[in-house]
Amino acid sequence: MSNPSQGALAKLTPVLTKRWLSPDAWKIGVYERLDGYTALRKAFAAHPDELIQLIKDSGLRGRGGAGFPTGMKWGFIPQNDGKPHYLVVNADEGEPGTCKDLPLMMADPHSLVEGIIIAAYAIRANFAAIYIRGEAMHAARRLRNAVDEAYRRGYLGRNILGSGFDLDLVVHSGAGAYICGEETALLDSLEGYRGQPRLKPPFPATHGLYASPTVVNNVETICSVPYIVLGGAAWWKTMGTEKSPGPKIYSISGRVNNPGQYECSLGVTLRELLDLAGGMQDGHSLRFWTPGGSSTPLLTAEHLDVPMDFESMAAAGTMLGTTAVQIFSDQDCPVYATYRWIEFYHHESCGKCTPCREGNYWMARVLRRILSGAGTHEDLDTLLDACDNLLGRSFCALGDGATSPVTSSLKYFKQDYLDYIEGRKAPMFGAGELVGAH
Amino acid sequence: MSDIFTEETRERARAIMARYPAGRERSALLPMLHLVQSVEGYVSPEGMAFCAEMLGITKAQVAAVATFYTMYKRRPVGDWLVSVCTNTMCGVLGGDKAYQALSEHLGVGHDETTEDGRITLEHAECLAACDYAPVMTVNYEFFDKIDADQALGIVKQLENGERPQPTRGPRLCTFKEAELQLAGWSEDRDGAVGEGPAGEPTLAGSRLAERFGVSVPGFDPNTPIARRDDKGAGPGNSVPPAAPKPASDGKPAGDAPTVGKESK
Repeated sequence: MSNPSQGALAKLTPVLTKRWLSPDAWKIGVYERLDGYTALRKAFAAHPDELIQLIKDSGLRGRGGAGFPTGMKWGFIPQNDGKPHYLVVNADEGEPGTCKDLPLMMADPHSLVEGIIIAAYAIRANFAAIYIRGEAMHAARRLRNAVDEAYRRGYLGRNILGSGFDLDLVVHSGAGAYICGEETALLDSLEGYRGQPRLKPPFPATHGLYASPTVVNNVETICSVPYIVLGGAAWWKTMGTEKSPGPKIYSISGRVNNPGQYECSLGVTLRELLDLAGGMQDGHSLRFWTPGGSSTPLLTAEHLDVPMDFESMAAAGTMLGTTAVQIFSDQDCPVYATYRWIEFYHHESCGKCTPCREGNYWMARVLRRILSGAGTHEDLDTLLDACDNLLGRSFCALGDGATSPVTSSLKYFKQDYLDYIEGRKAPMFGAGELVGAH
Repeated sequence: MSDIFTEETRERARAIMARYPAGRERSALLPMLHLVQSVEGYVSPEGMAFCAEMLGITKAQVAAVATFYTMYKRRPVGDWLVSVCTNTMCGVLGGDKAYQALSEHLGVGHDETTEDGRITLEHAECLAACDYAPVMTVNYEFFDKIDADQALGIVKQLENGERPQPTRGPRLCTFKEAELQLAGWSEDRDGAVGEGPAGEPTLAGSRLAERFGVSVPGFDPNTPIARRDDKGAGPGNSVPPAAPKPASDGKPAGDAPTVGKESK
C-alpha cells in the first residue's frame, strides 16, 4: 500500500474520532480516563447563555445535511416562556451512503450523552430523546448501556453533579422509515404518530415536540459540543474554512481500496480523500460520485479538486449533505444507480404530498422502462418535467432530494440514457419484468 | 381481549409509558408495537387492540401507525428475518446477487417466509453501513462485506439450526428477542454489549492519523469560556430570538438531507 501524500495527511483532523482506537472507550470508566465528562463540569460552571454564545462563536453548523448554524438554532429557543423545552437527537441515519453516526455511537457513545447534557443545560431542557433508527440495534444497545451507566454515575437524573440541573434521557428506537430523519416527521414519530413532515413555520424552535420549544440536532453535531466547550471556539475554527469551520467525518464507500471513515478538516477535496482511502481499486476509474448522500446531486471526475465544504459544494451545483462520499467507477451505470435511488425514494415517500408520492412512483417506472430498452426520447422530458413538479412542491426535503440523482445524471450522463433508448446498450431488465411500467 | 398478553407484558407496556413526560404517554406507541412483536412475532389485530387499550386511543389510530413503518410486520415473521441491502451501493457491489441467490435458495420473494415458517427474506433499503458494503442483517445483526456465497452459507447455517456469528454483534437471538431490545430493554446477556473492536473501515482514518502522528494542534481543555457582559442578566433577559428563517430561502432549519434551491 502506498502512503498518502503529506498534503492529504495534513487534512486529517482526529477530534471526534480520537477515542475510536482506544479499547472499550464505550465504557464509562475508560471514557472518563480519556477526559470524558470534563467538558460537562466545565459547562456547568458557565451560564447557559454563555454556552449558546460559545457555540455561535465556534461557527458549528449542523452535521445532518442542511448545515444550519447550531448556535443560532439553540438561540431560537424562547427562554422564560413557561413551557418545557426539549432536546431531540436525530440518530435516524439512513440517507443512502451515510454511515458516520452509527460508528460514532458504537465507538464513543458517551461523547453523545455528554454533548446532550451540555446542550440540554444550554437550552434549559429537562427531557431529551435520542431517536435512533430501528435497524441500528447494535448501536442502540451501546447507547442504552451508556445512558444506564451515566444515570448510575449521576450524570443524568436529578441535580446532576450538584448543579441543580435535572435531565432525563430516553433512547427511542424507530421502526424503519427514512422519512423520520426529517426533523418534523421525526417529532411526529416520537409523539407516537405516523412519521409525516409538518408544514413549517411554525418551526420546532417554538412548536416542536409536544408543541413546545425543541432543538433537533444530528448525532455528529452534538458530539462536537464537548470538544468546543473544552478547546474553545478559536481552536475549533483552526479547522475547516471560514464559513464551514471544524472537523467533519467523511464516509467513503464504493470502488476505493480502503473504504471507511476519515475525519478531515472541512474543505478537503475528493482528490485528497481518495488519496487517504488508498486510491481507486485496480481496474476502476472514477466516473461519478455523491458528495453527501443520494439527495445531493452527482459530481464527476471534473470535480476532484472542489473543496468539500458547504459553500463550495453549493457553488458546484450540489450540496455537502452528510459527507457520504459514494464512489462509482466506469464499470457502474449512472442510469441504474439513479433508478435504484428513485426506487428508494418511491418506497420511502410518506405519501403526504402528491408531487413526491406520485412523482417518484412514475419516475421509477419510467427509469425502469429505459433500462429495459423500451424507453423513448420523450421519457427524458417526462423525467425532467416530473422533477420540475417535485422540486419545492412538497412539505419536506425528501421530495427535493429525489430530483437530485435524476437531474444531475441527465446533466452529466445523458448519453448513457440515450444508449439504452437507442439500443446501443443491452437492456438491464427483460420485458417480462416491466409490469406496470407503461 | 385475548390473553396472549400476560401481566408481565402489561407491566412492560406501563414501563415504556413511564419513560415519557406525564400526559405524553402516546410516545410509547412505537416501542409498544415492538413489544407486541416480541410476543407475537408480528403485529396482529389483537396486538393493535392491546396498544389501543393501554394508551386509551382507538384501534384505528394504532393501525394507522402500525401500517406506516417497515419494521412492523403484518404477517408472522420466522425466527430469522434475513434482510439484504439492495440500495445502490450495496446492490452494485454484490447485494443484488446475494439477494437473488437467497431468494432462489429459499424459494421465497421479498417479505415472504419459508414454508416451515423459520426464515423470512426481505430486501432492505440503505442500512447505513456503506463502508462495509455489501451488507445483510439477520434479526438486525450485521454481516459485513458479504457476497452471494457467504450469504448462502449464513442462511444454510440458520437452516441447520446453527447460529452464525454476526460481524459486529453478539450471538444471534431470535426475532422476538430482538424486538424486546427494540422496545427498550437493555441487553443483559454476557458480553452482548462488548461485541469486539470496530471493523477496519470504521477505524481507517484513525489508523492513518495514528501511523503518521497526525493530531490537531492547539487544543487546551482549560480554554476559558467567554463570560457575558455582566449586568445581572438572567437567562430570560437575553435578546428575543429572531424568527427562524422560512424554508423557502433554501436553508431549512432542519438537519434532514435537503437540496437548497439556490443550488439549482
